Amino acid sequence: MSLETANTSNSYLSSLPKTLTGITGLDEITKGGLPKGRPTLICGSAGCGKTLFSIEFIVRGALEFNEPGVFMAFEEKSEELAQNVASLGFDLNQLQRDKLIRLDHVHIERSEIEETGEYDLDGLFIRLGYAIDQIGAKRVVLDTIENLFSGLTNQGILRAELRRLFEWLKERKVTTIITGERGDGTLTRHGLEEYVSDCVILLDHRVSNQISTRLLRIVKYRGSMHGTNEYPFLINEKGISVLPVTSLTLDHPVSSDRISSGIPALDKMLDGQGFFKGSSILISGTAGTGKTSIAASFANEACLQNRRCIYFAFEESSHQIIRNMRSIGFDLQTHIDKGLLKFQASRPTLNGLEMHLVAIHRQIKEFKPSVVILDPITNLITVGTVSDVKSMLIRLIDFLQAEQITVLFTALTLNNVINEQTDEGVSSLVDAWLLVKDIEFNGERNRGLYVMKSRGMKHSNQVREFIITDKGLDLVDVYLGSEGVLTGSAREAQQLLEETGIVLREYATTRKDREIERKKLILESKIASLKEEFESVQDELNKTYIEDELRKEVMQKNREQMTRSRHNE
Amino acid sequence: MINQSPTQENTDPEDEGQHYVLQLFVTGISLNSVRAIANIKQICEQYLPGKYSLEIIDVHQQKTLAEREQLIALPLLIKRLPLPERRLIGDLSDTKKVLSGLGIIN
Repeated sequence: MSLETANTSNSYLSSLPKTLTGITGLDEITKGGLPKGRPTLICGSAGCGKTLFSIEFIVRGALEFNEPGVFMAFEEKSEELAQNVASLGFDLNQLQRDKLIRLDHVHIERSEIEETGEYDLDGLFIRLGYAIDQIGAKRVVLDTIENLFSGLTNQGILRAELRRLFEWLKERKVTTIITGERGDGTLTRHGLEEYVSDCVILLDHRVSNQISTRLLRIVKYRGSMHGTNEYPFLINEKGISVLPVTSLTLDHPVSSDRISSGIPALDKMLDGQGFFKGSSILISGTAGTGKTSIAASFANEACLQNRRCIYFAFEESSHQIIRNMRSIGFDLQTHIDKGLLKFQASRPTLNGLEMHLVAIHRQIKEFKPSVVILDPITNLITVGTVSDVKSMLIRLIDFLQAEQITVLFTALTLNNVINEQTDEGVSSLVDAWLLVKDIEFNGERNRGLYVMKSRGMKHSNQVREFIITDKGLDLVDVYLGSEGVLTGSAREAQQLLEETGIVLREYATTRKDREIERKKLILESKIASLKEEFESVQDELNKTYIEDELRKEVMQKNREQMTRSRHNE
Repeated sequence: MINQSPTQENTDPEDEGQHYVLQLFVTGISLNSVRAIANIKQICEQYLPGKYSLEIIDVHQQKTLAEREQLIALPLLIKRLPLPERRLIGDLSDTKKVLSGLGIIN
């Protein structure tokens, strides 16, 4: 047995060999699937999805893992079964023709049968064995074998034979699912859990606040680690998906790549580059402050950069958003046509919270977006308590961060004083938090935006005015004057005032310049006349000096002549 | 339901329903099978001498039969005729039940 771990991943080598079910999420919870070559019991009340669960196990085995399977139905006829699962895209008839699966309906009716002594279930064994041999089955489902108890009366024989059947199935090394109806206080009505000791999975269907949730729990899994929580699961047109409730660790990879918000001025507030890729962003604000517009801008920018984006709208329909965003210059329809953008609009009350989470998971797994938008998360509060919503969002953020998907939430805050503290308590979870606020002043209402926090980057501490134009969104500086923060027309008036000031200043400057020029000219002419005066004085002085020299020379000559004449005498 | 009145047995020789067509499904030579074969032979000889046909089928030899005939518990005796069809499971050791199941006694 230990050699047969071929189709389980390496990390499960040490534990017992398992068979992947192919059911979304279940293989993660069970850490590799159901025990290979052993029976697993799936129990639950009527309508909880046992049959669907087991049929998906068979179909996925046949299609994805090349493990043919036998489905032995004790309740529904083969045709009914094929019809019931056709809505999931499973073509049982075709699969039967391809010899990948085999359906066998076991009909048993007490009124038609007389028990006249000792018997055994060899008929069932032969039948099952023949079916297994015919297609080389590796998987078997017995749904619901307990029906034998209503057809046959001799409990002693039945119990002994069931025990023998499960042993026989183990010998045949087929991975088996046995379904059982939930009993009163016991897992199954006839105590099948006694015989199936390896793995027991309980399905449940609960309704609270008029919203139903399907839940799955692994009651027992001998020789294996498994998740012990109740995991919500969803049945939709793609089959079953189970959601692992919590990720246990906080060790997801982080990226230092940046992703633009679509508003250049906002990127500038965020260290000039925008948000981190794979981070979570919260935009909160009161009604009508433009949260959806920011979200749409972000989606638009992502699509323009060829990133895929999925938009979960809980308030407006997709058409409504597309129309509204066209008015501010975002053409979302082209992105949808290109397959880059996907809208998923639903009322929160459509599902329970868990179901929303499962549905979101599923959409994300399918669409593989790099940007996810939830607008607004506040509406989810209608289907759960604050702590429920918070725990759901934690799980969603964990999941998205592990997948390196950037997520943007919008949240409505009520118009009260302590609005910084609401937001479903997610503000502490998110990496970046933008707040859009109404600023009411001077008979008009304007929007102010600021960055409350943005982990891991320098960010502006300024309140900016957030304006929505038909060309898109922009942020402008607000004016802080003696009368407080100025926005809107007051800001514009201030701007005009400043512009006038500039013109006046410029005029004043040119006048001063001319004055200086004139003064300079006067002074320069003064300097010139002084220079000439100086030169004339200098001439005068030079004249007397030369006269003195000449006189000295003449006198010298005269003296020499006189001396000579005296000597001659 | 069309029913042969059990009290009229042996009194309507012209009715074809009085001819018993029986099929016994067994598995090889298991204990139950051997007992069932012995029991049915004895009952037929004693209660239906000369007006029955009995076919004994080993399911191991004809496995496709198991699904077609909706076999689960074995040995299984099917009374094809006279109608209605009846199914008796077990080694047929409870003679009274077998007889009432076959419609021979009430």
